[in-house]
Amino acid sequence: MATAAAHRPAHADGTAHMDAAAYEAVFDAAVAADERIEPRDWMPDAYRATLVRQIAQHAHSEIIGMQPEANWITRAPSLRRKAILMAKVQDEAGHGLYLYSAAETLGTSRDELLDKLHTGRQKYSSIFNYPTLTWADVGAIGWLVDGAAITNQVPLCRCSYGPYARAMVRICKEESFHQRQGYELLMTLSHGTPEQHAMAQDAVDRWWWPSLMMFGPPDDESAHSAQSMAWKIKRHSNDELRQRFVDICVPQAESLGLTLPDPDLTWNEERGHYDFGPIDWTEFRDVLKGNGPCNEQRLTQRRRAHDDGAWVRDAAAAYAAKHNATGTADASARTAGGPSADQTDENGKA
Amino acid sequence: MHTTAALALGDDALVLSHRLGEWAGHAPVLEEEVALANIALDLLGQARVLLSMVGDEDELAYLREERAFRNLQLVEQPNGDFAHTIARQLYFSTYQRLLYTHLAAADGEFAGLAAKAVKEVAYHQDHAEQWTLRLGDGTDVSHERMQRACRTLWRFTGEMFQPVEGLDIDWTGIKTAWLESVGDILRRATLDIPEGPQAGAWTAGAGRQGLHTESFGRMLAEMQHLHRSHPGASW
Repeated sequence: MATAAAHRPAHADGTAHMDAAAYEAVFDAAVAADERIEPRDWMPDAYRATLVRQIAQHAHSEIIGMQPEANWITRAPSLRRKAILMAKVQDEAGHGLYLYSAAETLGTSRDELLDKLHTGRQKYSSIFNYPTLTWADVGAIGWLVDGAAITNQVPLCRCSYGPYARAMVRICKEESFHQRQGYELLMTLSHGTPEQHAMAQDAVDRWWWPSLMMFGPPDDESAHSAQSMAWKIKRHSNDELRQRFVDICVPQAESLGLTLPDPDLTWNEERGHYDFGPIDWTEFRDVLKGNGPCNEQRLTQRRRAHDDGAWVRDAAAAYAAKHNATGTADASARTAGGPSADQTDENGKA
Repeated sequence: MHTTAALALGDDALVLSHRLGEWAGHAPVLEEEVALANIALDLLGQARVLLSMVGDEDELAYLREERAFRNLQLVEQPNGDFAHTIARQLYFSTYQRLLYTHLAAADGEFAGLAAKAVKEVAYHQDHAEQWTLRLGDGTDVSHERMQRACRTLWRFTGEMFQPVEGLDIDWTGIKTAWLESVGDILRRATLDIPEGPQAGAWTAGAGRQGLHTESFGRMLAEMQHLHRSHPGASW
C-alpha cells in the first residue's frame, strides 16, 4: 500500500499547489488502487457529504436501536438472558460512539449530528420504528436485524474511507456475536413449550419483511448507489445484498424449526438462489416518512433523554472549566468519547 | 453455607442492577449509557454467583415475593434524576467496597467472590465519586439537585451497618470508614453532609428482614411477569 502522504496534497506548508483537477486525479487513483482515504487527505466535497450522511445515519441507528431492545431489559425471563441483553445494548452505545468519532474525522461534531437526529434532519434505520411486543422479538432482532446489518456491514470493512472501515471491523465482530445469541434465543424458544414456539414464530413473522427492507430500495430506485459504488464506499448493490441475506436465512429458519412468512419463497435451481415474494415498498416509504408504528415514540424518547440530561452535561462542563484552570481536573467524564482509536490507527499506519 | 448472608448480598446486587438497567436508552450522555450498563452488568454477575450459592438463581430471582427479598431499601429506591441515581451509587458502592475488602481478606466462604467483586466495585465507586464532584461542584442547578438527592437518600444509609447474620464484620468500623469516605467526597464536592438520622423508626434493618418500600413491589411485578407467565419453561 502506498503511503497516505502520496495522496495527501500539502496544505499547511504551501509547498504544493495543485489545481482541483489534479487533486481529483490523485483521489481517483487512490480509490482505484484500493488505498484508504484518510481524514487529512483531499476528497471531493460530495464524497465527504455522502460519508457524513451515511456514517451519521449508521451511528444514529445504533443509538435509536437501543430502544426496542432496552424495552425488554427489565422483563428478561432469566438472569442469563438479562445479562446478555444488557451487554448487547451497551455494545450498541459503544458502536454509536465509534461511529460518531469516525464521522467527526470528516469535520463535523457529535453535537451537530445529534442535533440533526433530534430535529429529524438526519435519519436512522427504518427497522427501529417497529415495536418489540414479546420477548421473542429480542431473538428475532438478533437473528434477522443484526443478520441483515452484518450482511450490509461486512463489505464496509473494505470501504474506501479508512476511519469508517476500521470502525466496521470492530463493530462487525460484536454484531456477529449478537446475531448468534439471537439465533440461540430463538432456538431455545422454538424447542420450548408450545407457547414459546408460537411466540418465536410470531416474532419472525413480524420481523422478516422489515428486515428485508433494511437493504434499502431496489437497485433501480436507489439514489446514491451508483456513485457510492464508484467511490468504493459501497461494494455491492442493495438487491445483491438482500439476495445474499435471503439465501443465508432460509436454511437457518429450517434448522430453527420456524417458517418464513413468504409463500413465494422457493429455490431457483437455474439462478442458484432463492426466489422471494414482492416487498411492500409503500410500507417502507411510509416508515421512512415518519409514519411507522414507533417513529414518534423513538424520537421523543431520544430527545427527552438529551433534554433531561442537559443539566448534567452543563455540570460536567462547568466543573471542567473550573478545575482545568487550576490543573486539578480528574479524567474527563467523557473519556469513552475521547481521542478516537481511528486517529491512532491512522497515525500508526501513516 | 450462610444463606442469609448470600441472599442479602445477592439481592442488593440484583435489585440495584435492575434499577440501573432501567436507565438504558435514557442516560444524559452516550458515555453514561455505557457506564451505567457496565455497572449493572457487574452487579448482575455478582448477584448470579451469590444466588447460585443458595439455590437456582432464576427461581430465587423470579419466584420469590417481595417479603422474601433481603436487599437494602436503599438499592430498591427508584432512579429519580441523574443526581439521585449517583447519590444512591455513591452510598452503596462505598459500602460495598468496604464490605468486600473485608470479606476478601477474611478467607471465608465469600472471599473468592469478594476478591473479584472488589475490583469492579472500586470502579463503581470511582464513577460515583467523579460524578458527585461534577454535580456538586458544577452549576447551581446541579449543586442543588445533588444536595437534594444526598439528603433524600440519607435515611436509607443506616441499614447498611446493621449486622448481617453469617458475616463476621466489624460493622462499627465499616460505618466509621463509610462516613469518612462519603464525608470527604461530599466536602470536596462542596456539598453539606446530610443531617438527621440514617434510619427512620420504621426503616432500621427493614429490607434485610423483608420489609420494603412501596415501589419495590412494582419493580418485581415487571421483573418477574414473563418468567411467572410460563411456569416451568426454560429460556
